[in-house]
Amino acid sequence: MIELTNPLLLAVILINFFTLGSARLGACIRVVALQGALLALLPLATHGMSGHALILGAGALLLKGIFIPTLLLRAIREVRIRREVEPIIGFVPTLIIGALTTAGAFIFADFLPLIAEHHEGFYVPTALATIFTGFLLLITRRKAITQILGYLLLENGIFIFGVLLSAAMPLMVEAGVLLDLLVGVFVMGIVLNQINREFSTLNTERLSALKE
Amino acid sequence: MIGSLALSLTIHLALLLLFAPLLQGVITKTKALFAGRVGAPLLQPYYDLARLMRKGFVFSRTTTWVFQAGPVVGLAVPLLASLLIPFGGLAAPISFEGDFILFVYLFALSRFFTATAALDTGSSFEGMGAAREVTFSCLAEPTMLFTLLVLARLSGGLSLNTLFGKHLLDAWHSEAGTSLGLILVCLFVVLLVENSRIPFDDPNTHLELTMIHEVMVLDHSGPAFGMILYGASLKMMVLGAIVVRLALPWQTGWWLSDALLFMAGLIAMAVFIGVIESIMARLRLPRVPQMLIGTSLLSIFALVLVLR
Repeated sequence: MIELTNPLLLAVILINFFTLGSARLGACIRVVALQGALLALLPLATHGMSGHALILGAGALLLKGIFIPTLLLRAIREVRIRREVEPIIGFVPTLIIGALTTAGAFIFADFLPLIAEHHEGFYVPTALATIFTGFLLLITRRKAITQILGYLLLENGIFIFGVLLSAAMPLMVEAGVLLDLLVGVFVMGIVLNQINREFSTLNTERLSALKE
Repeated sequence: MIGSLALSLTIHLALLLLFAPLLQGVITKTKALFAGRVGAPLLQPYYDLARLMRKGFVFSRTTTWVFQAGPVVGLAVPLLASLLIPFGGLAAPISFEGDFILFVYLFALSRFFTATAALDTGSSFEGMGAAREVTFSCLAEPTMLFTLLVLARLSGGLSLNTLFGKHLLDAWHSEAGTSLGLILVCLFVVLLVENSRIPFDDPNTHLELTMIHEVMVLDHSGPAFGMILYGASLKMMVLGAIVVRLALPWQTGWWLSDALLFMAGLIAMAVFIGVIESIMARLRLPRVPQMLIGTSLLSIFALVLVLR
């Protein structure tokens, strides 16, 4: 099954790069949705057509590919923002850092004491790279929306790890993770509206000014 | 030995010199068809060249020999570079270890001369174009080198003939296929940048603020301008040869069918460029370096993939 999973995981990495380099929020949300949909194919490509894999894939597709992106797209329509301006670290530097961490993830994954069959594919490095990309987005962006996207990427990375283990992992655990994600995005959506109403902007650094 | 070298030199140069301007014609025709026009005839670039060659030279009194050297080097460099690369299944006539570095820096040489020729006119306007051209191409250069390094790693050799040898077909089917796909995209972007095609530069624009390559050759006229145009189309074919070879790694062993496959690939590439130019708008100037850094990172990533 290596033939299908490698291009899938490679597409996931390319989407990571795109989210780091693009300023347009709408495009970012759409590619993250695409990433979620691609990841929904991953359990099927890895474990073949089993009931377990089908439910995992369908859950990921519905939540990460359709439901959460629709919520986010509605949110940016309501608060009327289009692009991320002046991130804390610029787009090109974050892109370079992202590429470096991706390369680092590939090198690092070779040193991990994995079982032999996990050494072959791109699973572990891609998972690590996606998690790092999520961290980077969370750290470097000012708008709350992009930070939610970082959170989603983080979860996608964990999902890739989960697929490797999904034969051993009960469905309840994965369902719990997805539910957590959904609740997290909901709460963030509400917070987003509050921030917007309070400061008429989505920049989160205003929140730390409250202390004074 | 000498006979076969002479034969392959003749085939190589004849293909390059006769076929190159047709690609520009194909691009213009594709764009015209997309816009619903009839468009210029396919052979228009040849007529243009013939017309320019019949004219006389006009030189500004402020210019020196540097100004005249620009077009000459611009025409000589693609000719030299073409001898180093295989045209599809036809092996390169001249080949030695490490010639891919010479290949990359030959183009840097021609860029240097074009830029100095532009500066030699003393027009601040051309200086601006030269600055842009040099900035963009120094960002495109790492991409080119890293993609060639990927190929060098896959083939185990250091000459362009082995880099684009018979192993490419097997490499596409193996695990390295993904990184080959990545570097194909990178090389295509380099091709568009180096030939100043649309998402990066518009070859037809005459709006002062946005042109890059076009502004540098404003002061050239007559045969000198003809040489620049001819050099540009040769450059497109030489760089296109790399892309086509990577995308169509088949070879039949008989030189005529190899040459036909190669030419068909080049025409398909020209049509593809025409389609891109018809459906895409130009990138904003600050976006171009961002895009080029992105492709450099992609090619580095492809290198990491084949190194692991």
